[in-house]
Amino acid sequence: MDPLQQHQAQMTRRAFFGKSALGIGSAALASLLNGRACGDEKPGTRMGGLSDLPHFAPKAKRVIYLLQNGAPSHVDLFDYKPKLKEWHGKEIPAEIRKGKRLSTMTSGQSAKPVLGEITTFAQHGKSGAWVSDFLPRTAEIADELCFIKSMHTEAVNHAPAITFFLTGGEIPGRPSMGAWLTYGLGTDSQNLPSYVVMTSRDKEASCGQIFYDFYWGSGFLQSKFQGVKFRGSGDPVLYLSNPDGLSREMRRGILDDITKMNEIKLKEFGDPEIATRISQYEMAYRMQASVPELTDFSKEPASVLEMYGPDVKRQGSYAYNCLMARRLAERGVKFIQLMHAGWDQHRNLNSQLKIQCKDTDAPSAALVKDLKQRGLLEDTLVIWGGEFGRTPFLQGKIEETAQWGRDHHPYAFTHWLAGGGIKPGISYGESDEFGHDAVVNKVHVHDWQATILHLLGIDHERLTYKFQGRNFRLTDVHGHVVKPVLA
Amino acid sequence: MILRSVTNGILKLVCACSRHEDERVISLTSWRAMGLALIVAAAGAGAGDVPANPAASGPINFSRDIQPLLSENCFHCHGPDEKTRKAKLRLDTHEGAFRAVDPAIVAGKSADSEMIKRILSKDTEEVMPPPKSNRKLTAPQIELLKRWIDDGAKWGKHWAFEPPVRPELPAVANKAWLKNPVDSFILSRLEKEKLNPSPAATKETLIRRVTFDLTGAPPTPAEVQAFVADAAADAYEKVVDRLFKSPRYGERMAFDWLDAARYADTNGYQGDNERTMWPWRDWVIRAFNENMPYDRFTIEQIAGDLLPDATREQKLATAFNRNHMINGEGGRIAAENRVDYVMDQSETVATVWLGVTLTCCRCHDHKYDPLSQKDYYSFYAFFNNQPVDGGGGNGKTAPTLSFGTPEQESKIADLKKKETEAKTERDELEKTIRAAQSEWERSVSGEPSGGKPAEIKWTAVVPDELFSDSGTTLVKSDDGAVLASGASPAKDSFVVTSRLKMAGITAFKLETLPHSSFVNKGPGRSDNGNFVLTELKIQGDGKPADLALVSADFEQQGWAAAGAIDGKAATGWAVMPQFGKVHTAIFEAKSLVGNRAPDTHLSFRLEFLSSNVQHVLGHFRLYATNSNPALLRPMAATLKTILSIAPDKRNDKQKKELADAYLSTNTALAAARQKVENAKKSREQAENDMPQTMIMKENPKPRDTFVLIRGAYDKPAEKVSIGVPASLPPMAADAPPNRLGLAKWLMSPAHPLTARVTVNRYWQTFFGTGLVKTAEDFGVQGEKPSHPELLDWLATEFIRGGWDVKALHRLIVSSAAYRQQSKVTPDLHERDPANRLIARGARYRLPSWMIRDNALALSGLLVDKIGGKSVKPYQPSGIWEEATFGAIKYNQDHAESLYRRSLYIFWRRIVGPTMFFDNASRQTCTVKPYLTNTPLHALTTLNDVTYVEAARALAQRVMESGGAETAARIEMAFQIATARAPSAAEKSILQGRMEILKKHYTANVPEAIKLLKIGESPRNEKLDAAEHAAYTGICSLILNLDEAITKE
Repeated sequence: MDPLQQHQAQMTRRAFFGKSALGIGSAALASLLNGRACGDEKPGTRMGGLSDLPHFAPKAKRVIYLLQNGAPSHVDLFDYKPKLKEWHGKEIPAEIRKGKRLSTMTSGQSAKPVLGEITTFAQHGKSGAWVSDFLPRTAEIADELCFIKSMHTEAVNHAPAITFFLTGGEIPGRPSMGAWLTYGLGTDSQNLPSYVVMTSRDKEASCGQIFYDFYWGSGFLQSKFQGVKFRGSGDPVLYLSNPDGLSREMRRGILDDITKMNEIKLKEFGDPEIATRISQYEMAYRMQASVPELTDFSKEPASVLEMYGPDVKRQGSYAYNCLMARRLAERGVKFIQLMHAGWDQHRNLNSQLKIQCKDTDAPSAALVKDLKQRGLLEDTLVIWGGEFGRTPFLQGKIEETAQWGRDHHPYAFTHWLAGGGIKPGISYGESDEFGHDAVVNKVHVHDWQATILHLLGIDHERLTYKFQGRNFRLTDVHGHVVKPVLA
Repeated sequence: MILRSVTNGILKLVCACSRHEDERVISLTSWRAMGLALIVAAAGAGAGDVPANPAASGPINFSRDIQPLLSENCFHCHGPDEKTRKAKLRLDTHEGAFRAVDPAIVAGKSADSEMIKRILSKDTEEVMPPPKSNRKLTAPQIELLKRWIDDGAKWGKHWAFEPPVRPELPAVANKAWLKNPVDSFILSRLEKEKLNPSPAATKETLIRRVTFDLTGAPPTPAEVQAFVADAAADAYEKVVDRLFKSPRYGERMAFDWLDAARYADTNGYQGDNERTMWPWRDWVIRAFNENMPYDRFTIEQIAGDLLPDATREQKLATAFNRNHMINGEGGRIAAENRVDYVMDQSETVATVWLGVTLTCCRCHDHKYDPLSQKDYYSFYAFFNNQPVDGGGGNGKTAPTLSFGTPEQESKIADLKKKETEAKTERDELEKTIRAAQSEWERSVSGEPSGGKPAEIKWTAVVPDELFSDSGTTLVKSDDGAVLASGASPAKDSFVVTSRLKMAGITAFKLETLPHSSFVNKGPGRSDNGNFVLTELKIQGDGKPADLALVSADFEQQGWAAAGAIDGKAATGWAVMPQFGKVHTAIFEAKSLVGNRAPDTHLSFRLEFLSSNVQHVLGHFRLYATNSNPALLRPMAATLKTILSIAPDKRNDKQKKELADAYLSTNTALAAARQKVENAKKSREQAENDMPQTMIMKENPKPRDTFVLIRGAYDKPAEKVSIGVPASLPPMAADAPPNRLGLAKWLMSPAHPLTARVTVNRYWQTFFGTGLVKTAEDFGVQGEKPSHPELLDWLATEFIRGGWDVKALHRLIVSSAAYRQQSKVTPDLHERDPANRLIARGARYRLPSWMIRDNALALSGLLVDKIGGKSVKPYQPSGIWEEATFGAIKYNQDHAESLYRRSLYIFWRRIVGPTMFFDNASRQTCTVKPYLTNTPLHALTTLNDVTYVEAARALAQRVMESGGAETAARIEMAFQIATARAPSAAEKSILQGRMEILKKHYTANVPEAIKLLKIGESPRNEKLDAAEHAAYTGICSLILNLDEAITKE
């Protein structure tokens, strides 16, 4: 058998190389994602990933993580503590504070008076969930949500805390959750990357946190597993557009010839990497069509657009990204990571919190409703939450109302989850009466991660990667699945 | 969980070492979960993807065959980490495994050995490894262990911790193939495997390969031609000689070193301030080009500052250690940062020189390697004695070395002088003016006679971004005016953001403007032209401004401007019936807005939420000022009161208030004060612009070092002294206990790791994979070398030759092994898919930085200029802006800076250069490259301006010098890109495409011109545009061929 035949045979076996355009495309992605495809691919079936995954039947096929960067104030939004109003302006009791570590923005502040919630709470839905009046649309879907009110973490600064949620470690360098999932589970999408990231921020840009690219990095996994950042302006994917003056038709012809010439090379050299290259170029061409189709909202019904709010048409807004998230989910993208900055209300709680809520409330709720009405919610896990919470006491001076704020607070905060195997309409865990410490059914970041992996059919202790002589995993050496929140 | 509560929520999980928790073994390895593990398992030992060199029948080598099994399956609970050791049994030492009481192993008697009994046990409580660990030994592995015990259980030390011994050259049959000693080792293994080496590569392939490997750029057609034509026996050696002399050699070798040294031009993290480390980058290039011996290269970078009479260059070399990220995020604890930095420095040196993974010893003793947590902090102590305190995010944190040009130095001196002069002038003027204060006092109640009072100076706010909550279209003009059009919602809120070059803002002004598109010319969009500004909210750098109304030129009754800042949507400012004219409202900030010079990030929220529909402002402009707000108002009542007091009866406070008020009215003084401010700013700016490279320095009094519990900066435990890991040879008795002592210890010829780790990394440079594939880990869990004797021979040869880097590189590229062709036969692919036996030449895609350099070189655009400030070539717009919320703008360079080599590209750590793929992130030390193959890479080389422009320039090159024939021109382009002539089939494909493209562009000349406009280099306008565009398409095709981006 000559080398070409040999390799074609091998590639057929490994699904590197189908004759149809579709075959090439799926082979391309399999390779993009893993370099190890597994058998005859059909559209919509999984490509790549580890052969022993999932470890058991998954409840969720994909994840949409609405990361509220900057850290929303749990005590003003979900974790209703009447005690705060009672104690408003009085020094928080030392036995509650316990001298815990704070960021240097309040660690030096001599007085730490309790700040009563600045919103009004009411109970909603059959579940009677407490939700602030700043989040009317979220309140409407309370019965779809599972609130975890006993989240806690370790970091007191944004970048380490976000890195901790996304990678299981505070210092950059480990794979992010989306990279782990792509590595482990491969992809269900023929035309799109398996792990997509979109960012947005409040209009005022009031907090200035940066979206570091290690938030979607692949760490020590191969870089093909890293998240693909869809940009907020211009081409969503870098270098997607053909250069001016080179039409799609001309591009097609050039690509055909690149393929032909690479096939000659393959015949001569027998290097399977050449076959992979051929399929990657083909995939690039397909993305040039699939991405513009993805971002074309013209066929969305007016009622749907309206649900997401007026910002939905502005590329790069949270509302736009939420609708994109649904469209990506429909197209089989496995991990969709939205990051929205603007919650870091150190000095502008009274003015900015309401604005933040207004910008994000409708889109977040619309996404859940929209997924539900399309039957996607049952196997799509939606997660809403920040990297930590905010202090139940004041940052600033009690008399300077306009500049009231709350500092970073890792000891208790609230997340909500919905869809994909999550028990709806419940509230899990509790913080103490000041919302200071998680005390009942505490959920640590590693537990949260273990639970997400569990919903995806993964035993978090068994998805590992050996690097520098050790087996790393997302949950480090910790984490327990939070079973009571599972449907 | 236990650990978390112990550390009260502050521990940093820096290491994922598997360990016990709650007395349960959790973890870890699922063989099936690891890419290549099946091959490994079959081979019976942790040899990675090296084809088996089976011990199945031959003699057993402890370090190669047995230790990896023990390490992988037993060390986790029976290894070096005392805290998690089970049953007090350790299997990583001879004493432990053969202990007197309850020995695990009885030499010669596998059946009596507890270890084997437990491995074979059917009892889930007894069997080892425990089922919960997800570890399992295969039947052949168990057989191997039994045979080893029955053969006498010969023990040994982990191979990499024993000094290399120079091996004899192995005997081989095919002596004719040998070019140098490297080949003896390669061939001996091939012969054992009954494999033949591949034939030598063609001369074209070889010169292209070696030119990429040694210079990172392609050979020119003339160089290829000369080599092909040179029939001399040493033709190849001559090429290699020439390449070693090329300054591009240093640039090529520097790139990998920059990855290892996590070099970047910014700090990383929030703010991502710039730093000036490029003088160190240039030091590296010089060191390679001058062939600085590796021992000097090492000593100067780790401890150049501590050498006797250290030169500037030697101090500069130590910048290596300061390339780590700096976290300037607000609220960060300085002491925590400092510990992070020292850890990064220690771990980087450990990875680069020792090839050991020290990181996990931050928290506990190593699970596999004989390294303790105490070893970690003793090693850390070498770097713990420097002045850096961890505070702030300054990219010029002392100690630094100044690299200002003489012009910069003299400019600063000049600016200092100007600043002093301005101050003197101001002080003089103030004195003169003060003399006239009493006259002013007399006049203020009556007619002013002291000259024209100072005026407030307003600066228009030119918006960066405009948002409407409800779909109004907002368009700004250059003068800052904002005009609304399109949808006219009942209510709306606008957000205007702007980064204004002003700090210490005292007041804002809103100017409403008429416009012909509105009823009654507006300024509102309602059915009568009115608007109601229900609320105006302003933030400076994220902090809300506390506003007070100063004045409004007109207020509709019941709709006073004060209503716009009272927090109520029911009240607001409106102007009926004064439509069609300009109105202003001025708001004073109760405290200064923006205190971070030189600029302030402003956001304005204008809300129009009244129940009056469409009462939305349609045309307006915003202003800010940092003038004295006293100027905004008629004289304050307090001043009038003071004036009414007799001068000698006024108290000091009153005197000062009056004097300040008086002085602030004087235009000349205001100007003089402004001049001082400006001079100060210019001087600070110039000082800021002066390159300051961060270097190392020792504190005169050593800082104590402690073991940090779980690596937490604020949990010190036992004190440790400076020292090297106990399991490695000790430092010389007379070595200084500091970084210099450390560097010398690393370079001592008896050191088991340094030379091996280094030659391995250089092998990786030329073959893509090291002899030890895990270039970053030579520990027990690292991969065993594919050719252990060759590794040791190279290591000892490197030391013997005086750490001569070029000699080592020459040895490798001169070998017959290196010169083989890279074709893969089916049989060979089956036997050795990853080419670890080196029965063929290395073939892999060029790193992305080299692909870019290649395209620039082929097209003739490359600018050969060594060193200097980093450059900013083409990048899609908005990348930095999006990552930094507009705080940092990418100001692309022009002219030659667009065409400099890739290693000079400005590396912003939070969002690295977009045109590179698969590169190290430059966040932490990386010594091993990863090559992947994705559609995003294809999009880059197809569509990035750099590559489209390179195709255009290459097209121009062949049109100008490739003769008149299409065939010859295409052939030339192909030859430039691949160093070889195209085959008939290839020619025919390219010519066919050329015809189609030419036809297309001849019919669409405007398209052709569009394509040719890409990139800033001028094109030869004399060339026919359609034809040039068609060739550009062909050249883009050629530059995207697998062969063009691959080292063959």
